[in-house]
Order: sequence, then structure tokens, then C-alpha cells
Amino acid sequence: MRIVARIAALLKNRRFAAPASALFFGLLALPFMGLARASILALAVLLFRFAALFGRVPSGLRIPRGFKRTRALFANLPAPAKRSAPLLLAALLAVAAFMLDPYTLDVATTAGIYALLALGLNVVVGMAGLLVLGFAAFYGVGAYAYAILNTHYGLGFWTCLPIGGGLAALFGLLLGLPTLRLRGDYLAIVTLGFGEITRITLNNWDSLTNGPNGILGVAPPSLFGFSFDHPRHYFLLALALVSLSVFFLKRLDKSRIGRAWVAMREDETAAEAMGIPTLRLKLLAFSLAAFWGGVAGVFFAGKQLFVSPESFNFLESVMVLCMIVLGGMGSVPGAVLGAVLLSFLPEVLRGVEEYRLLAFGLAMVLMMRYRPAGIWPEAHRVLETREASRG
Amino acid sequence: MTGPGAELLQQVINGLAVGAVYALIALGYTMVYGIIELINFAHGEIYMMGAYAGIIILSALLALGAPLGLALAMALAATLLLTGLYGVATERLAYRPLRGASRLAPLISALGMSIFFQQYVLLSQGARDKIFPVELSSGGFSAAGVKVSYIQSAILLVATLLMAGLTLFVNKTRMGRAMRATAQDPVMASLSGVPVNGVIAVTFFIGSALAAVAGFMIAMYYGKVNYLVGYIAGLKAFVAAVLGGIGNIPGAMVGGLVLGVVESLAAGYIGGEYKDVVAFGILIVVLIARPAGILGARLPEKV
Repeated sequence: MRIVARIAALLKNRRFAAPASALFFGLLALPFMGLARASILALAVLLFRFAALFGRVPSGLRIPRGFKRTRALFANLPAPAKRSAPLLLAALLAVAAFMLDPYTLDVATTAGIYALLALGLNVVVGMAGLLVLGFAAFYGVGAYAYAILNTHYGLGFWTCLPIGGGLAALFGLLLGLPTLRLRGDYLAIVTLGFGEITRITLNNWDSLTNGPNGILGVAPPSLFGFSFDHPRHYFLLALALVSLSVFFLKRLDKSRIGRAWVAMREDETAAEAMGIPTLRLKLLAFSLAAFWGGVAGVFFAGKQLFVSPESFNFLESVMVLCMIVLGGMGSVPGAVLGAVLLSFLPEVLRGVEEYRLLAFGLAMVLMMRYRPAGIWPEAHRVLETREASRG
Repeated sequence: MTGPGAELLQQVINGLAVGAVYALIALGYTMVYGIIELINFAHGEIYMMGAYAGIIILSALLALGAPLGLALAMALAATLLLTGLYGVATERLAYRPLRGASRLAPLISALGMSIFFQQYVLLSQGARDKIFPVELSSGGFSAAGVKVSYIQSAILLVATLLMAGLTLFVNKTRMGRAMRATAQDPVMASLSGVPVNGVIAVTFFIGSALAAVAGFMIAMYYGKVNYLVGYIAGLKAFVAAVLGGIGNIPGAMVGGLVLGVVESLAAGYIGGEYKDVVAFGILIVVLIARPAGILGARLPEKV
């Protein structure tokens, strides 16, 4: 033990800190990356540490100034203008739909599906503070509900949209009832296990789900005899669904229920002492989130016209979580922003795509350390910080 | 004697060997949870990296011309050290800065670390299976129609020795006492002069080193590893830790062995594809019916 303490003391000495950490990371990376790349890493660490000794260390991730200004501008708008801004944005996007090429529209539609998922997950993780790691299960339930009801019973898209959402919400309720008494981190694992069970079941229940081959030939949505067959139609539908969701969730966030969720998230015991029925509110958060997941799933099935279990794996759940972490947990515009950013990111990063997930993982760690509130922090948080700084 | 009895016994023995590996991984979860109440999602990845590091180092040593026995021992020691340090680095970079932050923050950070490590190994080592460099003897002891391979007995022996060693370490040494004190009350421990940060680092080191041994032995047992093995093994080990009572060291051992046997029986009698469902089913049932686990005491939640 004494030797360990000696070494630790040596490492804490400022003169040795930079070379020691360079050596440490170089050695850690050596077996995996080989001598050449490990040396480059060690050199990079050394340079970074020396730069930190002499220069200023970035103590937080900076948000680009232009973006910050835009946000400030938005925050200072008079109330009626502020209220109509999202509507204006939606109208602009709807007009843009007639100018963009089909490929961009297709990516934007995918972004819309992720935005629905992120908005749903944001209700339970961001607003109510319950970490759910198996969210893709609800997404899968919705998608399979439409695929099965459509191919077997000929039900249409619009009928299935509420059914898929409702079925997912029911699943959420069923999962929530026994597990919501658990503490946060247990809940995370149970939902993860639930997600896995759902995927394995979809994969193996051949008679209902056609196993790993998935279900082909799902009908596209149609509206008054007008059939959806162009990316533009899907994009407009996605835009409508996301706009409706934002409209609803923004109001929910500011309602009595939304405020109760925040109270519960910040301190469950105190919230309970104030008379907040935490169990009921948790169940509500759970089933609402699941509902959105289900709706996103129905839309996904209607767009892809094909579903298979692989679309609903753990990575999908993590992606959605990543989106709300990036955007700002609990923030409705943040969830949409995060979904849009991460959906378009692979398009921007063509060529270095294989590093995408590595960057995701790293980004989650760095965001938690330097900007836990995300790019677009939720309003409650902004108010709290302002009050705290006023003293 | 052959027939249903022998087959049952064979399944139990296979289950015990896999269960011993789960138990070793579960110890890391349970020790970390006991001390800082964090589910270290990256722990499964640490186990996977232990398996990779073991294979890489062993191959290098064999290429240098070391005799097999010596190479195995040296590779195991180097793997232990390296993987342990990975655990320490993870704690230092991803968890320590978040102490005192909201509950969700370290969980998400841990999840991020797990994805990062998985991709790190994928990008540096490729997606193909990594093959264990030596073909180990497939022989074993057999009696009454039941066969225990040498590797299985080695796994059981090493796991038992390590668990006994860990129990002694935690209960009899100064460092072990400091760990128990930190687990009970970190603030009080630090007031009494326990270097809490150091204790946490040592805990991560030991937990990760045990996972590395588990990874090394699994690489030996199956002859190959893949960058994806950490995810599912990590989940299973977590189930084992919860089953035994999280935060409880003997509990993790019991939980691992029980899970291994149940899973092996389920695979043998229900069907392999639902093996994972059984494990998660156990998790959900335990959490609902007896959240404190088999050996855990029912503790009131800290407020």
C-alpha cells in the first residue's frame, strides 16, 4: 500500500503530471491500438496537458455564439410573437418541402420520426426524471401493431395510429405498474431488460411476427383516397405530427402535471410530502412516453412498409436517449433539436461514419461533465440558474 | 449411469462454470454499487476488453517465444493490471467529476463510456472474432456419464480462489476495512481519515481486474471473443448481482452461480433462444418480489 501511495504522490506532483498521464494513456492504448497509434495518442495527451499548464483550459463546452444569440433573441421576443414562432417555423418548413429534393426530405422525415421518439422519451426521462433504457420496445410495439393489423386485418393507417399508440401505452402501463416502485437505477436496468425481452420475442414468435424476416407489404397511409407515395407527403405528415406533439407537450410541461413531474424529479421525498401522488404521476409519464413511442412506430412502419426486429434494438434506445441528452433533458424544443441534429449528422459526416458511435459515446460523457443541461436547456432550469445567480 | 439424471448433472456443471464467470463480473458491479451507488454500465465492456487484452498479450508473448505455461501466467498478470487501470481511468474521467451531480448524470455517462469502449475495440481490433492463440486440451475428468473438462475445472478453481481471496481482503485488511467504511458512509469515513478517492480507485481496480480474469477464462473456454460480448455478459452479471443482493459480495457469488445453472437448465430444457429471456425474467421477478436479493438485507432507502 505504501508503494501505491508513493506512486500516487509522484503523479500528483505537477512537474510529472503531464508526462505521467501521457505515459499512462499510451500504455493503456498500447495492446489495442499498436505502438504507432498509441504513441500518437500519448503525444496528444502530453501536448494537451502542457497546453493546459500554460494556457487557459476550456472549463466548459462552448455553444457557438451565433446560436446563443438567436436563442436570446427568441427568449426576449414579446409573448405573442414567441407563441407564434414555432407555428411560423412549421409553416416555413411546409413551404420548404416543395423546394427540397426527395433525398433531403427522406432524411428529414427520419429526423421527424426520431423527434417523435425523443419527445416521448423526454416526457419520462427529462420531465419526470425516470431513466428508461428500453424505449425502442414501445417503438417496436407500435410498428408491429400497424404491420400486423394492416397485413392480417386490413386496418388503415389512421385507425392504427391511435391503436398503436394506445397499445404501446398499455405496455408502458403494464411494465410501469410493478416496476415504478424501484429506485431510478434499477428502473433503468429493468426497462433495458424489458426492451431485450420485447426484441427477442419479436424475433422468435414466428407465427405472429414472422421472426427475423420481418413483415413485408405494409400498406402506405392514404388520406381521402389520396395515397402517400412521395417523400414530400411523408415529410409533411411527420411535420404535422411533430408540430402537434410540440404544441401538446409544451402545454403539458407548463401545466400542473408538468410542474409536479419536475418537483418529483428534483426530490421525490419532498414532492410526496407536498401531497404529489408520485406513483400515479410516474405511471402517467410512462404511458404517455410509450404512447409517443408507439405513434412513432406506426409512422415508421407506414413509411418503411416493412418491419423487422432489428430496427428496435438497444442501440436505437441509446440513440434517442443521446438526442435528448444533447438537446437538453426536459426541454421540448431541445428534444426536437437533438433529434434533428443527430439525424442529419451522419449525412454531414460521410466518410468518417464509422467513428459516429464512438463520438456519440464520448459526447454523452462530455455533455454530462461540461453541459449537463444540453444545448437548449429547459425553461425551469434556466429560471433556477437565474435565480441562483441573483442570490 | 446415463439418462436423464446424468444429463441434468451435466447441465448443472456447465451452468456452474459459466455461473462462476458471471459471479466474477458481478463482483465488480456489486463492489462499485456498494461504495458509490452507481451501476457501472461500462463494466461489461471492461470484461470484454480484458478478454481482448488477454488474447493480444498472450499472442505477443508466444510470438516472442515464451513457453506456454509462463506465457499464460504472464499474460494473465499483465491483463489484470491493464484492465484494472482501465477501470481506474474510467472512474477518474467519467464518474468522479459527476459526484454530487443529479442521479441521472453518472448513469448516462456510464452508458456513454460503455458505447465508447465497444466502438474503441471495434475500430482498433475489427469486427471479426478474436481467436485464442493456443488450442487448449479438450480433455477432462469423466465419471458416470458426466464430463468436467480441464478448462471448466480451472475456471471453477480460479473463481473459488479469487472469491476467497477477495473475502479475506475485504474482511481482514486495512484497505478492506477502509472500503467497508466508505460503503457505509463516505463522509464519515473521510472525516476519520480514510482517503475516500483512493479507496474508490482501488475498488474500481479490483472489480475490473476480476472482470479481466473472467474475460481471460471465457476466451480460453470458448476459444474466441467478439467486441459485442461485453453487453450481454454485463447485463447477465448485473442480473446476478441483483439476484444475490446488490452491494453484497457473497451475494454476487451466489447470484452468479444460481443464474448460470438456471440459464443452463433453461437452455437445455426450454430452448436456447429464450435463454436471455429467462435471465431478464428472473431480474424482473426478483426486483418485484424481493428487491434486496437472496442474501441482501432489507435496508431503508437513504434520503
